Amino acid sequence: MMRFMLLFSRQGKLRLQKWYKATAERDKKKMVRELMQVVLARKPKMCSFLEWRDLKIVYKRYASLYFCCAVEEQDNELITLEVIHRFVELLDKYFGSVCELDIIFNFEKAYFILDEFLMGGEIQDTSKKSVLKAIEQADLLQEEDESPRSVLEEMGLA
Amino acid sequence: MPAPIRLRELIRTIRTARTQAEEREMIQKECAAIRSSFREEDNTYRCRNVAKLLYMHMLGYPAHFGQLECLKLIASQKFTDKRIGYLGAMLLLDERQDVHLLMTNCIKNDLNHSTQYVQGLSLCTLGCMGSSEMCRDLAGEVEKLLKTSNSYLRKKAALCAVHVIRKVPELMEMFLPATKNLLSEKNHGVLHTSVVLLTEMCERSPDMLSHFRKLVPQLVRILKNLIMSGYSPEHDVSGISDPFLQVRILRLLRILGKGDDDSSEAMNDILAQVATNTETSKNVGNAILYETVLTIMDIKSESGLRVLAINILGRFLLNNDKNIRYVALTSLLKTVQTDHNAVQRHRSTIVDCLKDLDVSIKRRAMELSFALVNGNNIRGMMKELLYFLDSCDPDFKADCASGIFLAAEKYAPSKRWHIDTIMRVLTTAGSYVRDDSVPNLIQLITNSVEMHAYTVQRLYKALLDDISQQPLVQVASWCIGEYGDLLVSGQCEEEEPIQVSEDEVLDVLEGLLVSNLSTPVTRAYSLTAIMKLSTRFSSVNRIKKVVSIYGSSIDVELQQRAVEYNALFKKYDHMRPALLERMPIMEKTASNGPTDIVQTNGETDSTILDTKHLPNITQPASQANDLLDLLGGNDVVPVIQTTVPTKPASAGGELLDLLGDLSLTGGPTPTPAPSVPMSQPSFLLDGLTSQPLFNDIAAVIPPMTAYNKNGLKIEFTFERSNPNPNIAVITIHATNSSEADMTEFVFQAAVPKTFQLQLLSPSSNVVPALNQGSVTQVIRVLNPQKQQLRMRIKLTYTHKGSPVQDLAEVNNFPPQSWQ
Repeated sequence: MMRFMLLFSRQGKLRLQKWYKATAERDKKKMVRELMQVVLARKPKMCSFLEWRDLKIVYKRYASLYFCCAVEEQDNELITLEVIHRFVELLDKYFGSVCELDIIFNFEKAYFILDEFLMGGEIQDTSKKSVLKAIEQADLLQEEDESPRSVLEEMGLA
Repeated sequence: MPAPIRLRELIRTIRTARTQAEEREMIQKECAAIRSSFREEDNTYRCRNVAKLLYMHMLGYPAHFGQLECLKLIASQKFTDKRIGYLGAMLLLDERQDVHLLMTNCIKNDLNHSTQYVQGLSLCTLGCMGSSEMCRDLAGEVEKLLKTSNSYLRKKAALCAVHVIRKVPELMEMFLPATKNLLSEKNHGVLHTSVVLLTEMCERSPDMLSHFRKLVPQLVRILKNLIMSGYSPEHDVSGISDPFLQVRILRLLRILGKGDDDSSEAMNDILAQVATNTETSKNVGNAILYETVLTIMDIKSESGLRVLAINILGRFLLNNDKNIRYVALTSLLKTVQTDHNAVQRHRSTIVDCLKDLDVSIKRRAMELSFALVNGNNIRGMMKELLYFLDSCDPDFKADCASGIFLAAEKYAPSKRWHIDTIMRVLTTAGSYVRDDSVPNLIQLITNSVEMHAYTVQRLYKALLDDISQQPLVQVASWCIGEYGDLLVSGQCEEEEPIQVSEDEVLDVLEGLLVSNLSTPVTRAYSLTAIMKLSTRFSSVNRIKKVVSIYGSSIDVELQQRAVEYNALFKKYDHMRPALLERMPIMEKTASNGPTDIVQTNGETDSTILDTKHLPNITQPASQANDLLDLLGGNDVVPVIQTTVPTKPASAGGELLDLLGDLSLTGGPTPTPAPSVPMSQPSFLLDGLTSQPLFNDIAAVIPPMTAYNKNGLKIEFTFERSNPNPNIAVITIHATNSSEADMTEFVFQAAVPKTFQLQLLSPSSNVVPALNQGSVTQVIRVLNPQKQQLRMRIKLTYTHKGSPVQDLAEVNNFPPQSWQ
């Protein structure tokens, strides 16, 4: 299973962190700091995998953002790269040519998408369409919340 | 109170901060505003405030005061609130805070909510951060949802169940009924999560594993459909249909097929199909191939399939994509022990990977290279490995040096080559060599008798060049101390002997003593070396002076040695030559025995003697107990029948395994009085395979007949063990002159307390009839007090269908066997 996923910029600013195993806040901070240092020090030609503590780290850089996952010994690194890519595709489809700013200003939406795609470190749905549809519907629900009057009006009750 | 600023506004503002201090100020201001807003129990803006708090939390600022607010949001009826509330709970709360338990009720309600997206939120939260208590409380709800027909909920419930099982393994049984129809689903989301659930259950419980084996045909069918089916836009990734699901199924098949012939056979075809048909141009295809290879190697696949798998890995090694190469090296490392020959074929590619720029790849390639070294390729491989040692990062040097030493020890084609290789390692990576290599090397050098002159010469020359690498300096000073006479006399045969005088040698050694580069251990080595030279060189006065100077050294260790050596000169000069004479050949495993400590020549260096990592050999005590019952007397010590330990099966080609192979022939450290049957003095447990035991004196001791009754005759032949003259080695020869074979033949022996006895494995336990052959067995007897040897023997065998047992005393040992 995936233990955690981090998104951070080249300057070492954390943009997203999702932990799938209960860890103390202090430890989380330490691990993030350490890992960011290790990954940012890697040269461009190096491979996307590295061993860190007792985990395997799979990372990939998309424009200015590093997507970094920690998986366990028995997990398949190559398919983890595909998982990362799928997440980026979902973000891209949702935001329309996603860039770092989108994730900064809409971080909660990025989390919603991630939580619709992965749960407990495993993939929930392998269909891009299905995941995006669920998000879309949930967003609609949210909109209805925020403008309940328009719904009532639509029904001709107000 | 003005409305709290919007989230986006806050983010924009914070981003304008130019310094850390400025940002901190903004954050503090906003936090204060949020806190007062929370205090006012404002429902309208709670969501907005928590969202802002989450943003600030991500920047690294404390946000614990928002925890309860998250719970209030979760309890709200609005979907927006719940969404942020659950997100906040996942980010800010974890099982360490008691507050999280308050969520349980909300989650329970939301699991039964009318809107599936709310149910989804609660399932997600429970499945990501549910504590054991929460999982226990809510497992029932999850199980219910696992059986629903709504695929959106079913897939989430499956993963939630996985989390519950991870947290509370005892609850696994509960989910078993619900798994019945999971694989008949068409929805890929449900299929994928179901496979994950089944995998988790099989990994945790052998019972579940056997139960689910029957699913293999169904899994094979699903996989086949994925491969054979046409283009499905919804699940297609670069031309491959749902690679994520394929990989998970392959992984589950691996677990189900492991150790089970039938299941392995059932999946043979599909594995071959996947291995040959998968498109390899993109990463996706390679990911599937990788999983397939892992599966093939783990189950009981036929050899053709295994070769196919290794070849896939070989092709991976040639791939331009670094990631693929890395993954190939990792897998090859796992399989090198079981499919050694197949991996050997790719040796040259692996060796090329040593030159790769990527650190992870280099490390893998190095480990794999060591695993592939054998007697045939040692010369070529060593060249590459030495070149690698020269140019690699410091982190690698220690491991590489150790690996080279081990490989050289195992497969050295000649002693000269071995010494040269060691020299090369010491001079190129001398400071990275592990400390325990020094005593191992010293032992190696001592045992290569004919190379002493050559070795000391080369080490001396190396010292002249560079005294900064401590292991090199330590080995060199030890050698000069031992063989300085050979150095000065210019006796080298292997290469041009150098001309060096005693004074020059002493200059070098004294230089080591005073140099800032030398560690205290190195200084101790050189002081002892200088002392040893007092019996080998003629310039004794100079040595006496040096030794007396260090009698007042600040370093306590050095001072003690110097004082002792001084005493040797002054009061015990008659003992000096004997104490400082040449070291005998050290048996690899005997170095922990008590007798060896006595034999060392004034060398107080304990590092040579204690650093062997010797595995414990367990002794079967039952036979000893039999003899105790049988003999009853107090003056005999029961014998423990030992068998030579078998090689431990090593799983990977790692360096640790190479170490394990070598240190086999050791025994546990000795106990002085063997009153407990389990203890064994280690010097008797020398591996017979490693050292020649018998010296020429053997022929002198006449053989004797120990027992001759009922057609069974037992003869003893003797040899004296070299180097320990207190050990007598007796070989028993059992012959049978009757007309029927004697089967299940067991020979046991016991000796008086002052002796110690070791019985090795017999050649067989059938003594053929009519003297057609014999059973031989080796007994080793330690007789430190040189008393007359006596023995009681017990024979058991089956003859003509009935068991026979007999006891006898053997007293007629020839005096030469024990004097």
